[in-house]
Amino acid sequence: MTATAIEATGLGLAYGKRGRRALHDCSFRIPAGRVCALAGPNGAGKSTLLALAAGLLRPTEGALRVLGGTPSDARARSAYVAQDKPLYPQLTVRETLRVGRELNPGRWDATAAERIVEEGGGLDPRARIRSLSGGQRTRVALALALGKRPGLMLLDEPMADLDPLARHRLMAALMTEAADHGTTIVISSHILSELETTCDYVLLVDGGRVRLAGETEDLIAAHTLLTGPVADLPGHTVVESRTTGRQLTALVRGSRAIGGGWRTARPSLEELLMAHLRSPDAPPLLTPGAEVAA
Amino acid sequence: MVEFRIDRRSGVATYLQIVQQTKQALRLGLLEPGDRLPTAREVVEATAINPNTVLKAYRELEREGLVEARRGLGTFITRTLGGQAADTPLRAELADWVDRARDAGLEQDDITALFTSVLEERTQDDHKGDGA
Repeated sequence: MTATAIEATGLGLAYGKRGRRALHDCSFRIPAGRVCALAGPNGAGKSTLLALAAGLLRPTEGALRVLGGTPSDARARSAYVAQDKPLYPQLTVRETLRVGRELNPGRWDATAAERIVEEGGGLDPRARIRSLSGGQRTRVALALALGKRPGLMLLDEPMADLDPLARHRLMAALMTEAADHGTTIVISSHILSELETTCDYVLLVDGGRVRLAGETEDLIAAHTLLTGPVADLPGHTVVESRTTGRQLTALVRGSRAIGGGWRTARPSLEELLMAHLRSPDAPPLLTPGAEVAA
Repeated sequence: MVEFRIDRRSGVATYLQIVQQTKQALRLGLLEPGDRLPTAREVVEATAINPNTVLKAYRELEREGLVEARRGLGTFITRTLGGQAADTPLRAELADWVDRARDAGLEQDDITALFTSVLEERTQDDHKGDGA
């Protein structure tokens, strides 16, 4: 079995004594070297999961191992970019990168960090963080994360406030990082169409539970999109079905061919995730590589 | 050197787009034996797609005997494609079939739809065997 970046066993977290359970009974595995999409609706538990992996929260049930140790042991080798990109507002861009260098002695990659800040209409190194736009702050936060040259990057909605060009550039920078160093990247996002080409692994959380986990290709191959005359679909696990007049469109588990005038198609990742989000009762599916060894 | 263009809305798996574009470049003579394909890093820098996808496409091309990975050097074209499809018995058979389809009253769109659906069906069957 390949090395594991993140492994959760019965993981759960409740905020406060009688608080809402943000995560419950989550078991899954993310192998090292993957670029993993963390998808799910608002309040699904994505941010909680990333904060747990970063060692900023402690689980209230179950266990979580990161890069072979506890999340806090792994902190020197993992980089976490929170959704609100916390930076020191009174520092300049240059001072912020210096903080990165001094807090990561022996592993700081100044070139990688500066490239992110400088490319495509570079940021003024003397500009104070508080004077930057949301998107510019995001670039500084990602520069800090990449400069750390981590084995694992945990990115919470990193692209939300970037313009399309900056988003493409940063995504390319992240993919290049993965190509050069085999970095594991876990990235939460609502932009589902963008995830298909960038993420080779998917974790779908919804209502605090894991709904789908595994290789993107395997998860897609495990489903078929059917279009045909309205009829029962015996023997298939139907994730979602819709009827329009005499036509039925359904996303089913399995790739068995069926006769009777059905058109079959390969669902896109977006279609797969959307169908599951619209159908909360569909059974969860983990590919063998995503299962936690007993 | 070729440049890959990734269409995110095509519904075709990204690695297959790379495979198909490489073959197309071979058919058109834009790539010849000895040419180097861009490295995964070069493709990723230009397109922001996942590096493993590029490697998967190159493995597929290697499996089909079209390219060869040389350690530390890159992935190189080993043979050409093309000329084969233009004037073969297959083409004549297809022409016969199209005539029959028209005799049966099918219009051009019907024929295209029928051909595409059979082709897709067959291709899907092939890929099921790959375990990919």
